Amino acid sequence: MQSNSWVPLFPDQASSFAWQIDYLYFYLILISIAFAIPIVAAIFFFAIKYREKEKFATPEEIHGSTTLEIAWSIIPFVLSMTIFLGGAIVYFNQYRPPENSMEIFVVGKQWMWKFQHGTGQREINELHVPKGVNVKLTMTTEDVLHDVFIPAFRTKADVVPGRYTTLWFNATEVGKYHLYCAEYCGLNHSGMGGWVYVMEPKDFENWLAGGGTGQTPTEIGKDLFMNKLGCASCHAGGQNQRGAKLEGIFGTEVKFVGGGSAKVDEEYIRNSILNPSGQVVEGFQPIMPSFKGQVTEEQLLALVAYIKSLTPNSAPTGTTSTPAPSTPSANANTATKSAAANSNK
Amino acid sequence: MQNVDVMNISEEPKVNYLTNGFSLKSWLLTKDHKRIAIMYLITVSAFFLIGGLYAATIRLELLTPQSDLLESGQYNRVFTQHGIIMVFFFLIPVIPAILGNFFLPLMIGAKDLALPRINLLSLYIYWVGGILTLWALMQGGVDTGWTFYTPYSTTFSNTYVMAVGLGVFINGFSSILTGLNFIVTVHTMRAPGMTWFRLPLFVWANYATALVMILGTPVVAITILLLAIERVGHVGIFDPAIGGDPILYQHLFWFYSHPAVYIMILPAMGVISELISNFSRKKIFGYEFIAFSSLAIAVFGFLVWGHHMFVSGQSLYAGLVFSFLTMVVAVPSAIKMFNWTATLYKGSVSYDAPMLYALGFMGLFLIGGLTGLFLGSMGLNVHLTDTYFIVAHFHYVMVGGTVLGYLGGIHYWWPKMTGRMYSEFWAKISAMLVFVGFNLTFFPQFVLGYLGMPRRYASYAEELQVLNIFSSAGAAVLGTGMFMPVVYLILSLVFGQKAEANPWHLPGLEWRTASPPPTENFEKMPVVTWEAYEFGEDNGLDHEAVRGKELVEA
Ligand code: HEC
Ligand SMILES: [Cu+2]
Ligand SMILES: [Cu+2]
Repeated sequence: MQSNSWVPLFPDQASSFAWQIDYLYFYLILISIAFAIPIVAAIFFFAIKYREKEKFATPEEIHGSTTLEIAWSIIPFVLSMTIFLGGAIVYFNQYRPPENSMEIFVVGKQWMWKFQHGTGQREINELHVPKGVNVKLTMTTEDVLHDVFIPAFRTKADVVPGRYTTLWFNATEVGKYHLYCAEYCGLNHSGMGGWVYVMEPKDFENWLAGGGTGQTPTEIGKDLFMNKLGCASCHAGGQNQRGAKLEGIFGTEVKFVGGGSAKVDEEYIRNSILNPSGQVVEGFQPIMPSFKGQVTEEQLLALVAYIKSLTPNSAPTGTTSTPAPSTPSANANTATKSAAANSNK
Repeated sequence: MQNVDVMNISEEPKVNYLTNGFSLKSWLLTKDHKRIAIMYLITVSAFFLIGGLYAATIRLELLTPQSDLLESGQYNRVFTQHGIIMVFFFLIPVIPAILGNFFLPLMIGAKDLALPRINLLSLYIYWVGGILTLWALMQGGVDTGWTFYTPYSTTFSNTYVMAVGLGVFINGFSSILTGLNFIVTVHTMRAPGMTWFRLPLFVWANYATALVMILGTPVVAITILLLAIERVGHVGIFDPAIGGDPILYQHLFWFYSHPAVYIMILPAMGVISELISNFSRKKIFGYEFIAFSSLAIAVFGFLVWGHHMFVSGQSLYAGLVFSFLTMVVAVPSAIKMFNWTATLYKGSVSYDAPMLYALGFMGLFLIGGLTGLFLGSMGLNVHLTDTYFIVAHFHYVMVGGTVLGYLGGIHYWWPKMTGRMYSEFWAKISAMLVFVGFNLTFFPQFVLGYLGMPRRYASYAEELQVLNIFSSAGAAVLGTGMFMPVVYLILSLVFGQKAEANPWHLPGLEWRTASPPPTENFEKMPVVTWEAYEFGEDNGLDHEAVRGKELVEA
């Protein structure tokens, strides 16, 4: 929670890497003081000691000193390198989500945030997360640039239309924290925000279990894949299907017709759906139609989640129209447990 | 105390550039760089006033956490227009087009700029761009932020993006032409004996700025053009919905706009070099290092644009390179700081108003520069960017740096430009008000930024109100301090004491001609036999012939 002092001077510290940013901050304040004090002192000292004693005097000439010039070029350079290195290390910690983080999908839209948990819960402008769990946000927007900013976690990232960006954190203190949009996005930019609630893992489970849960993104994706969008007609035919095999492709390397290759990640799947002719997989005809304009950002995220969930032996065979039976709450519980098991601390 | 009759400069009947024709036409069709500079002075000041009124409105709105004085749509326009006016129509032209225009030829002993007609043309272009922009503001304005980020600016905003974009686009050519003119002038118009290393540092700074202007400005012009093609022609360039890439826009925009920061600050650094040296009456410490650091800043400034995009989704490794180079470019600025400080050593330091501004600049620019390191450090940048920390940082650089440099310069050269002395008393008061008001306004914003207050917010979290009130109160003091010169400088034209040719007894060439100078600048072609900032016996300055005796004899 925000401190209650009359004038707040320092934000809450509520994520696993927040202290690193704060240390960097203090280090820089220290360097600034160490720099500023001698300079300011010298300015005052010289300005007073050598103040004009006789109008328009001509003091003795001093030409400069190469030794001094070299010294005061090298010292700042070396110091600046420590700042650079410290900043780079912290940056990589902030921006490289650990494997097996609990994934939450985020879609920004003028002027609200839509969140969807792996278990299907949807939230708007509020985000509930468990304490001590690595949480990764996979984010995009339906319109303009936005930016998820959680000051107490000392992190933010732009949300960019047409692609996925990610943000991760591991919350360390139970509480309620500001969530902002930090990239200007038009009329109600300053209203585009809300709260992040950090809960004890078991409270979080209860929270997930309570409240109407819908289908999980994976289930929604499966429904789209099997029925609504007809992907299955090409991608679920078994041996002689016309479309590429999607089971277990996530994280692998694919080769394209005409050379080139890419690693299959969220972004790649997204592009394969919106712009299939952009990268045709080796051994296949470019027959897949583009689904651009036919799927929303949220449906895309669901498709991505579904394709990610396909393991080599979970063949989406059977072009039947009934999604596999699964009870949302049971699903929710396992999701939380596995997420909690991945926790850092 | 001065011998008034040393030279014909003080003989009353002589025509100076101000009295050489009084008709409107004699101004509007002039080729005299000094008259053009005066016309720039008037228009740029008008823009500064408009931008300042927007700033005042912003600070009023932010007195309370709710958006009550303005609704958010109006607030968005106000901060956008504050930014656009201040950056493109005030900060970029202010020192080069006013002080550079007036003094660059005088300081190198030239009759005029190399291309006087082009100089006049650049003023007209500035006017056309400015009027178009003002017209758009009156029609309803823009709300994209001065950065015009896509796809908001191309697809979503339904304000006058095109008109303002065109205004900025046109205005860009004014900078390009001014830059070109300065470069040609410095290369071809130096007086005999005025070698490169005898150039005053103000000239070096403007030369480096001119390089950035002609290399960088075309890029922003192209960027705005692409923006227009997308907005009007719906060709997908930046909007992913039609096949474009919004990050590409940011690369293009910052490729110009980071160097533009140096277009704004380098000339101010030039002014400060003049002031520190002249008001310590000592040759500047490390002349070559200051001169070359200007060039280094101009060159490296083109390689660091990506530091504006650490959170935009660019690759982590690209970020590494940009962060590293950002640290490198901090070094030449530090070198300048040290050399200025060292110049005071064993000098004869006087505290005339221009020097107060220069000392103020040193303090504020120090903070501005150091907080730049905070932002260049990637891990911290993630937390700080797009918050009030960044707002505070660039105001320390742009207001604490550029504006104080400009105010110092305009006071310093006012006697030369107008032939009148201003009220030293009021000038000192104003300098101090500006310094105090500035810190009160912007220092709390560093704290606000670290607390996480995002920029461009019409409403904000309640717990941040106290700091915002400090900031708004500071703005009132700052505004008063900034407005005072308008009053006493104008009054000085009527009531001010007549200025001598060289009221501060300085060696620079601009002080070796009458105040105000004649249209042709110097009665005779000056021959330079002294180094820059040479206060010694043999600079032809000293003693009875304080005001250019050797020019008469030459
Ligand atoms: C008309 C048949 C057809 C339909 C319908 C179709 N695809 Fe495809 N898809 C293909 C073919 C053929 C390929 C391989 C060639 C290529 O890359 O374009 C492919 C490739 C892919 C790939 C890339 C696979 C890899 O190994 O890199 C993905 C992902 C994909 N499709 C997903 C989908 C989804 C999701 C849908 C439904 C929204 C869908 N496809 C509908 C035929 C189809
Ligand atoms: Cu937003
Ligand atoms: Cu920059």
